[in-house]
Amino acid sequence: MIDPQMFQLVCFYAFAAVTVGAALGVITLRNTVHAVLSLVLTFFSTACIWLLAEAEFLAIALIVVYVGAVMVLFLFVVMMLDIKQEHVREGFIRYLPVGIIVALVMLGEMLALIGVRAMHMAVMGPNPATVAGVSNTEWLGHALYTQFLLPFEIAALILTVGVVAAVALTLRHRKGPRHQTAAQQVSIKPADRIRIVKMAAERPAPNQETTP
Amino acid sequence: MITLSHFIVLGAVLFCIAVASLFINRKNVIVLLMSIELMLLAVNINFVAFSRFLGDVAGQVFVFFILTVAAAETAIGLAILVLLFRNRSTINIAEIDSMKG
Repeated sequence: MIDPQMFQLVCFYAFAAVTVGAALGVITLRNTVHAVLSLVLTFFSTACIWLLAEAEFLAIALIVVYVGAVMVLFLFVVMMLDIKQEHVREGFIRYLPVGIIVALVMLGEMLALIGVRAMHMAVMGPNPATVAGVSNTEWLGHALYTQFLLPFEIAALILTVGVVAAVALTLRHRKGPRHQTAAQQVSIKPADRIRIVKMAAERPAPNQETTP
Repeated sequence: MITLSHFIVLGAVLFCIAVASLFINRKNVIVLLMSIELMLLAVNINFVAFSRFLGDVAGQVFVFFILTVAAAETAIGLAILVLLFRNRSTINIAEIDSMKG
């Protein structure tokens, strides 16, 4: 019988290894489409790690919202733009040492801050949602709709502004083709289109007496 | 068993990978946007871990908001990128220097 906590740890290391490997793929892969797909793998394995932390709602939201919507948007843009592959790789080798050094120094500092002693301090306790007697989604939703209602509404507003801004930025008015303008069509009056002229039904016959 | 440090170390590693990407992929705006996504993901991992270990719901609510804002940011960023490529036919940052003094 495998110890469940040991199994959790093994799962964590496996998912973490996939996450870090895929993240390295994102920044080093030559083909941008491959990099986006690698980012999808990063998000997916991160969602698995969040499942291990028993944050089920956010894990599913990450896959549905991020992998399903945002990453597909990335793929659309990458495939739509015709990027010259060899051109965008300029300076990769030149800046590689600087990037590695900065990243390693930052990582060393962060690990020193986190500390070796803290490694065995905080062990995962009971799930706070389970302690409260509800599911993770209910726990989160309860806080979201009571304590954080105003930020929630502002987040909705931000999304709306994002949609409007994205459409307004990419909307293009071409000069050549003729378009119908719906506003003008709706606001037209019958008088502008047709003019009714009053006139006699028959014309008087030309005067016969004047002719010789 | 999993401790808090496991999650934080993973977040730190992801963040450092994203920072390294800012240096080595300085010609490709799409990869730069993706490294910003990686940074936000690293922060989100920390938020989820602290929320779980401290038993506080605010951390997970914050992750929710970060995901929302990041989605809006990505949509607008990609729209700007499409606009830029349409006008200049390049996404090379070095060539976008028309405002250089």
